Amino acid sequence: MSPVGAIVRKELRSYFVSPVAYVVASVFLLLTGLLSFLAIATASNRSMQLLRVQGSLPELNLNEFVFRPVFYNMAVILLLVVPILTMRLFAEEKKLKTMELLVTSPVTITDIVVGKFVAALTVFAGMLALSAVAPVALAPFAEFRWPPILTAYLGILLMGGLFLSAGLLGSSLTENQIIAVILSFGALLLFWLFGWAGQVFAGTALGKVLSYLSPLDHFDQLVKGLVATKDLVYFVAGIVFTLFLTHRVIESQRWR
Amino acid sequence: MIQVEHLTKLYGSKTAIADVSFSLEKGEVLAFLGPNGAGKTTTMRILTASLPATSGSAKIAGYDCFDQPKEVKRLIGYLPEIPPLYTEMTVTEYLTFVGRIKGIEPERLPVALDQVLERMSLSEVRGRLIANLSRGFKQRVGLAQALIHDPPILILDEPTVGLDPKQIIEIRQLIRDLAGARTIILSTHILPEATAVAKRVVIINDGRIVAEDTQEQLSARLRRSEKVSLTLKRSTPDVRERLLALPGVLSVRQEGHTFLVETELGRDLREDLGRVAVQNDWGLLELKLVAMTLEDVFLRLTQHEEGMETQP
Ligand SMILES: Nc1ncnc2c1ncn2[C@@H]1O[C@H](COP(=O)(O)OP(=O)(O)OP(=O)(O)O)[C@@H](O)[C@H]1O
Ligand SMILES: [Mg+2]
Repeated sequence: MSPVGAIVRKELRSYFVSPVAYVVASVFLLLTGLLSFLAIATASNRSMQLLRVQGSLPELNLNEFVFRPVFYNMAVILLLVVPILTMRLFAEEKKLKTMELLVTSPVTITDIVVGKFVAALTVFAGMLALSAVAPVALAPFAEFRWPPILTAYLGILLMGGLFLSAGLLGSSLTENQIIAVILSFGALLLFWLFGWAGQVFAGTALGKVLSYLSPLDHFDQLVKGLVATKDLVYFVAGIVFTLFLTHRVIESQRWR
Repeated sequence: MIQVEHLTKLYGSKTAIADVSFSLEKGEVLAFLGPNGAGKTTTMRILTASLPATSGSAKIAGYDCFDQPKEVKRLIGYLPEIPPLYTEMTVTEYLTFVGRIKGIEPERLPVALDQVLERMSLSEVRGRLIANLSRGFKQRVGLAQALIHDPPILILDEPTVGLDPKQIIEIRQLIRDLAGARTIILSTHILPEATAVAKRVVIINDGRIVAEDTQEQLSARLRRSEKVSLTLKRSTPDVRERLLALPGVLSVRQEGHTFLVETELGRDLREDLGRVAVQNDWGLLELKLVAMTLEDVFLRLTQHEEGMETQP
């Protein structure tokens, strides 16, 4: 087995043994479920109002009025839960001194970082797959278009991947899991707010840079069903760069 | 098999080891003896290719620990000071994972696993969670981890620390059994442990090698005398003279009611000392042989060996 494969398996195993992944997945699914319900309820209220005003039942755009808000809110939930999914990954190895085993084995630091990332991404993708129950269950009763839903899921997956890599970086910086969560959450929130700051400075070069750095605009495009190379590049490059930083952090800790 | 030359490591501006050199032939067992903070762990971590040295070189089987870490890591089994155990795994799960990252072929892994479980007498606990094992068993799992890929070189950092006397004897016996074809370096801060398992001893203090010798010669050099401690209830002013008058007594040092009697090597004077104490009605409270402490060893080595290999 490749070293990466061995590390992925080990991490997946600890996810399934510890209650953290189950709690995170449950909270995530519960909240997305509630969100979907609220979005549907809001949409049907609105169509009832329209029915009263116009006297005819309008065609309700589910994509726009139900799924899109759900995806935006899902992104906010991810901001909160992803750092919890990653906090253990390096912090615990350092605390328990098991890092010593990994760095004295014939595996590279790249193997370790990639292995841990892939495992976390797999768990995350599993969580997303479970959340897809909502659109699948709605499909027989309502009419909506699948492509924007699929691109939105791609967006959630990519943004989740970016968040996971940031969480991994946070975990590599400390041996305290709480500090790892706070660091990762702080960094994610900061980049999130860049999107807002970008609007404040709209039209200036600074505003452009800030909006580009924030994942929000790129995610927005994908939720609207627009797949552009530049947004995909943003996420993939962001993930690779953050994992590279994590590699540097772990590498530099070897010297001390 | 192992060549270490002029190895120096600074942590920031703090010198952990300075100009450490030694070498080991295939099949030799070497003990690294030194007090806390001497630099034992630092030296060992450099040898495992996980910590880069500041200057100097370390070579394992001809591979440089800095330039060819992958080759070096394949050849080494390392037991750190704190065994690196994933306590939420069972023994089997843990060793399987270790086997995989050590690069054992999947077909060979079950055999390697059975062998190492057998060798470390872990077979009956193979399904248990590591968290629930006793300290002694955990240490064995740690050793098994270092051995699973059957490496020609073993590096063991304080392998008996924190164990009870029975477990210490077991682990020492395991290490002696492992010697032979394997080259072993182990560290300890207990003198008898170094001489019990290793043929050669390197004494390190404050980051520098103070002495390096075979176990026999080292003990001979160190044991020029023996010490007996004598505690009395009523010490009269003439105790010192009377003790010194006994044949075989070299010196007497008084610390309160306790007298430290240095005697000639090979003469156990406890019986004579006891008799004198009783005859004079001093109220003998305690009489015991004093083992040489590591401090004594350093004092002795640095006092008597000045100018030999003590100072760099
Ligand atoms: N990561 C580090 N950063 C700074 N100083 C360190 C670090 N690790 C060790 N040292 C210092 O380097 C010196 C040598 O430490 P080392 O751990 O190698 O000693 P040791 O012989 O293994 O001691 P012990 O018996 O306590 O395990 C000590 O003075 C220690 O304080
Ligand atoms: Mg140490």
